[in-house]
Amino acid sequence: MRLTVNGSEVEVSSEADTPLLWVLRDELKLVGTKYGCGIAQCGACTVHLDGRAIRSCVTPVSAVADKQIQTIEGQATEAGLSPVQLAWLETDVAQCGYCQSGQIMAATALLASNPNPSDAEIDAAMAGNVCRCGTYPRIRKAVHLAASLMSEEHSA
Amino acid sequence: MSEIPTAGSMSRRRFVQSGGALLFAAQCPISLSRKVHAGGNGAMMNSFVRIDPNNVITMLANNSEFGNGAYTVMSMMLAEELDVDYRSIALEAAPTTLEYYSPLFREYLTAGSVTTGSTFIPMRTAGAKARAMLLEAASRDWQLPPDELATENGTVTHAASGRSSTYGELLEVIHRFDIQPPETVALKDPSQFKILGKPARRYEGVGKVDGTAQFGIDIKLPGMLYGAIARPPVYGGSVIDFDATEALAMPGVVKAKAIRAGVVVLADSYWRAQKARAKLKINWDRGVNDGVSSEQFYADYRALADTPGMLAEDIGDALGALDAAEAKDRVVEATYEMPLLAHATLEPMNCIAHVEGDTCTIWSGTQYQSNDQEVISRFLGIPQQNVTIHRPLMGGSFGRRSSKKADYTVEAVEAAMGESVPVQIIWSREEDIRSGHYRPLFVHKLRGSVDEAGMPEAWHQVAVGQSLMQGTKHDPAYMVRGMDIYSLDGCLQEPFGVFPYGTSYQIPNHRVESHNAPKKGIVPQEWRSVAHTHTGIAYECFLDELAEKGGIDPLELRLRLTKDHARMNRVLNVLKEKSDWGKPLAPGRGRGVASRIYNISPVAQVVEVTVAENGDFSVDRVVCVLDCGFAVNPLGVEGQVEGGLAYGLGGVAFGNIDIVNGEVQQSNFHDYPVMRLPQMPKVEVYILPSDEPPTGIGEQATTPIAPAVANALFNATGRRVRRFPLSSQGFNLV
Repeated sequence: MRLTVNGSEVEVSSEADTPLLWVLRDELKLVGTKYGCGIAQCGACTVHLDGRAIRSCVTPVSAVADKQIQTIEGQATEAGLSPVQLAWLETDVAQCGYCQSGQIMAATALLASNPNPSDAEIDAAMAGNVCRCGTYPRIRKAVHLAASLMSEEHSA
Repeated sequence: MSEIPTAGSMSRRRFVQSGGALLFAAQCPISLSRKVHAGGNGAMMNSFVRIDPNNVITMLANNSEFGNGAYTVMSMMLAEELDVDYRSIALEAAPTTLEYYSPLFREYLTAGSVTTGSTFIPMRTAGAKARAMLLEAASRDWQLPPDELATENGTVTHAASGRSSTYGELLEVIHRFDIQPPETVALKDPSQFKILGKPARRYEGVGKVDGTAQFGIDIKLPGMLYGAIARPPVYGGSVIDFDATEALAMPGVVKAKAIRAGVVVLADSYWRAQKARAKLKINWDRGVNDGVSSEQFYADYRALADTPGMLAEDIGDALGALDAAEAKDRVVEATYEMPLLAHATLEPMNCIAHVEGDTCTIWSGTQYQSNDQEVISRFLGIPQQNVTIHRPLMGGSFGRRSSKKADYTVEAVEAAMGESVPVQIIWSREEDIRSGHYRPLFVHKLRGSVDEAGMPEAWHQVAVGQSLMQGTKHDPAYMVRGMDIYSLDGCLQEPFGVFPYGTSYQIPNHRVESHNAPKKGIVPQEWRSVAHTHTGIAYECFLDELAEKGGIDPLELRLRLTKDHARMNRVLNVLKEKSDWGKPLAPGRGRGVASRIYNISPVAQVVEVTVAENGDFSVDRVVCVLDCGFAVNPLGVEGQVEGGLAYGLGGVAFGNIDIVNGEVQQSNFHDYPVMRLPQMPKVEVYILPSDEPPTGIGEQATTPIAPAVANALFNATGRRVRRFPLSSQGFNLV
């Protein structure tokens, strides 16, 4: 089976029913995407499928063969960290950091469809991403900051 | 066993030996990463600092990082005295040897919110001593008086001549003159601080946004096998026999074998191991916990609470005062019941073990390296120093990774025995929720009275729950006359045993009794802020009940009770002002207050809630005022406060592990709900300026939030909750 992950085509040999999460982690060694619950309840495994946030722990690899998969490892470019990553750093969001790949992927997808979300829209879009350290106040702040960084980038 | 120097006495002999022995790369700690070994020719200035000729400064950190900010504060302390940027410091996990044991715990342990306080002097001293040696080196090499030299940004400079050398360049001079660490060194006066006390972003922050931060679960070793364990339906059960025919026929599956924890399936990927596990056919012995239930715990504990317990504290004559107050209708009685709670760290438990001959190497996210080493050494019958522990970052811990049983560690070792390759055991979320290690269930029975002025006059509390320390190696320090004083932290008025602080309140007649509940069903485990998770609710909610009985405003009551406790009194006065206490609220809204001392730091919170007719409620605002002594990293403190109260809020709102017929009923985040973004209140944090030594903050903000919310719900609705979580009583946090 061939997958396109972070812009590169890769051949994988996992069984068709293997969740994308474990193909990324165990076969492709892209371990930035995390396991948290296995049943789409925590968001730690969030990746982008054709730009949309999905839970890779419940997505069989067979379902994503012809699509573009983006993981946390694909967020930074040669120009450096993405605006969302920069906003996360600037706001000092992470504590243990385990959920943050998923948070950043969820926030990036949100901002792609809604460049200037309200607090309520952030809450709704990010409710599926659990942070046990409780970095939620800074997540809210960082999403707003990322939105403004992206709009500056856009107008520049 | 060879002589291992202790933290107090080590250094001097070690550095003086064999002329120029400062450069002792050969003594590099065992758990260094390969990269560092390759770098290899640096000089250990002391236990905590190595400097390489290329001017890379490496800190050996003996506290673990699980979100607590340990790496940030420790690198800040070292950098401050060494005059370098804390972010430029390289970091290695210090090896699990006596030299690196916590001077406080005398173990290799990161716990109790003591990292900042207990490293504040040692890490600064390590930096200052290294700096003194570098200054001496430059002074002798340049033949200039040391007081004309300065240090900045990893360089010694002489302003008048313009001379400068990097620290790395000076290593050769230190070697040439055989410069030794000074016996004593002056630390900077706080007025000179450039780093400490200023907001600093997380040391390891970049890896936590670009996906490169390495947690235990992320480690891949050559040839490593993944293991999934089928565990008994009842905690403590065991395997009678099993049939793995179907499992072994599945792709990638290497082996299935019985271990004490259950049946482990080894495969070439975790998914394959998990899938094959589902095909195992196992006959279980349900073990001694078959039939236990949470409801039975509650019933048994309530019955125990009606009987006299062991006497922990007896100030004045509480029983006499209560009897006298009874006739005047000034007595309140209540029983508070707190359920079992899981920790639910987002990174599930995991451990890699490799057993080779009489050595064992593990890669494990753990708070408690020395204990893991002891348990493994006992289990394998090998010397403790043959157990090497590599220490990745942890995806949260909240106490779970400080298990005295080293459960998830030693079972990985057992699974790896007889295998030629390393084995990684990863727990599923279901295993995590049903692991059997929980904040113990507690029942507190309270009786109190108020005097003619309405102030608390007598307090009688009986605490019943499973001991955290009884029968463990901590028994001698924490079990006093049979009582687990660790579990009474937060309800004793006076300092007791190893706890140098009381509640901060003064109630003239104060009696506390304790029962250790029978050990059955679970392994009690520290849960962020430990005893305060139940003593805090019982104490602060019942204080609210007495305030109501006496007709005194609950915050005013606390101000009066703490008039002899200057630090808490100051916290409460600021809280009163910042929280707009007393300002009227709309119908359906309410305010609650609680104030606690955990590990010396006083912290108090006011919570505002809005409650709907159907019991749905939101926590709109939390104002938190705290005094943690000198705040080394205010940005980190603020984050710990936000996170600490979020953790406690989720616990009190819907945290509940329910055991029926020996089996845990919850299994994952759908039935063991945790805090989510929409439920997170607005938080205002006020850190009071202080010149006192730094004390903890990792767990402190967890302590008042639960009772403050319950008190706010009472304020809004007139309904007292005495059985938790709130969701079990019709109050649902939305």
